[in-house]
Amino acid sequence: MEWLVFAPLAAVALATAVLVIVLRNPIYCALSLVGTFFALSGLYLLLQAQFIAVVQVIIYAGAIMVLFLFVIMLLDVGHEPPAWLQRDRPKLVLGIVLISLLLLELVVAIGSRVSQGIRGPYTSELVNAIGNTQLVGRLLFTDFLIPFEITSIILLIAIVGAMVLAKR
Amino acid sequence: MPEPAFFVIMVAKIVVVFGLMLLSVAYLTWLERKVIGDIQVRLGPMRVGPHGLLQPIADGIKLMFKEDIVPQAADRTIYLLAPTLALIPAFISFAVIPFGDRIRLFGRTIDLVITDVNVGLLYVFGVASLGIYGIVLGGWASNNKYALLGGLRSAAQMISYELSLGLSVVGVLMLSQSLSLVQIVNAQSTAWFILFQPIGFLIFLICAIAETNRAPFDLPEAETELVAGFHVEYSSMKFAMYFMAEYANMITVAAMATTLFLGGWRGPFLPPVVWFLVKLYLFIFLFIWLRATLPRFRYDQLMRFGWKVLLPLALANIMITAAFVALR
Repeated sequence: MEWLVFAPLAAVALATAVLVIVLRNPIYCALSLVGTFFALSGLYLLLQAQFIAVVQVIIYAGAIMVLFLFVIMLLDVGHEPPAWLQRDRPKLVLGIVLISLLLLELVVAIGSRVSQGIRGPYTSELVNAIGNTQLVGRLLFTDFLIPFEITSIILLIAIVGAMVLAKR
Repeated sequence: MPEPAFFVIMVAKIVVVFGLMLLSVAYLTWLERKVIGDIQVRLGPMRVGPHGLLQPIADGIKLMFKEDIVPQAADRTIYLLAPTLALIPAFISFAVIPFGDRIRLFGRTIDLVITDVNVGLLYVFGVASLGIYGIVLGGWASNNKYALLGGLRSAAQMISYELSLGLSVVGVLMLSQSLSLVQIVNAQSTAWFILFQPIGFLIFLICAIAETNRAPFDLPEAETELVAGFHVEYSSMKFAMYFMAEYANMITVAAMATTLFLGGWRGPFLPPVVWFLVKLYLFIFLFIWLRATLPRFRYDQLMRFGWKVLLPLALANIMITAAFVALR
């Protein structure tokens, strides 16, 4: 039953992700990325993480990608990639070698089961009993308070930095 | 597996809600013309049917038979896709809004909401934020300077006001302790949240009008400077789809204001569904009234108001509410 939902979503996520780098028109690339975010959001729903799924759509599809589109339209980026991105043989070979290494690493990592992590105390029944959003909120302000605060300070610095640079 | 009756009830609810929504969208155009006509001491549409009641149907037929023009330099795929992208989010966000109490019909209890999602409020915001795509892409794909400017304006406007819109309801969340819209309505059984959140309500209302691109925030289609903005190249049903999306958004926003601040379907004497519709149409009347009354913002005024007035106000409202909730 779960496969019926998972397989199409995974296929869409992969296909749109490939389209992001294959398509020539930057607007189409950005829209493909929106498709990827949607498929990911569906996968989160499958994992019973409703809060993350909706936030994924609000933040990435609804805000960040719209800003991307905004910038692409304002700068009127051409349909052809710039000169340093044009294909030539040395770059192609280098790319294939690097991708093969990355793929090998991935296969080894998955095969050795190192990256599976440890099973946490929160089963999906427990999460649903407490409430998805409530649990995320509670953990953010208790166990993960310091990372949370550090992240917010980093973001604040980025905002102030952007303002300073823009005012120059 | 749920029983077959579950699916029947579900499909029935979806068909009824969306059928009524389509009908309301059609008749909102009539209502808007009548109300504005009245405010401007005119009669409004009078010719088609008694008091122009058949005007929406005549308009619909006319729009369907109009020539459908695609500009030669347009990006065809996205140009054809964009009106749909505007229409779909406008219609599906109503799915989580409760429009009545639980009723008993043929021996079954039926909740008068299509589906009660535990992140219902965020779902509405998520879907609403996708409505921008239809406008931005439509503006870009038309390959027209006015359309592009309109699309870009709408992107900037909606992102700016979405922020304050999201923050304005945090106070409601603190009081209701839930993101489910059904729970939020239940939390207002003793008193409506507008009593505790008057500032939150005002910010929500202002941002909501900005989100629907209606006057005085109709900059994306400002006739006097941008001809018609993002939809200048659209004709026939594609043009109509943008307007259906706008009116559907109006209904959704009015329903959200009702649900979050005016106790949803709760009220004395009258049946719940009637209360819900009364409150909903009160907001819609207000939107039309505002359009007939207020002149349009200038672009810099719009941005300054959003970022320097509404956003700090929404944040202050959250701080004050948090202090009260903590001390209670």
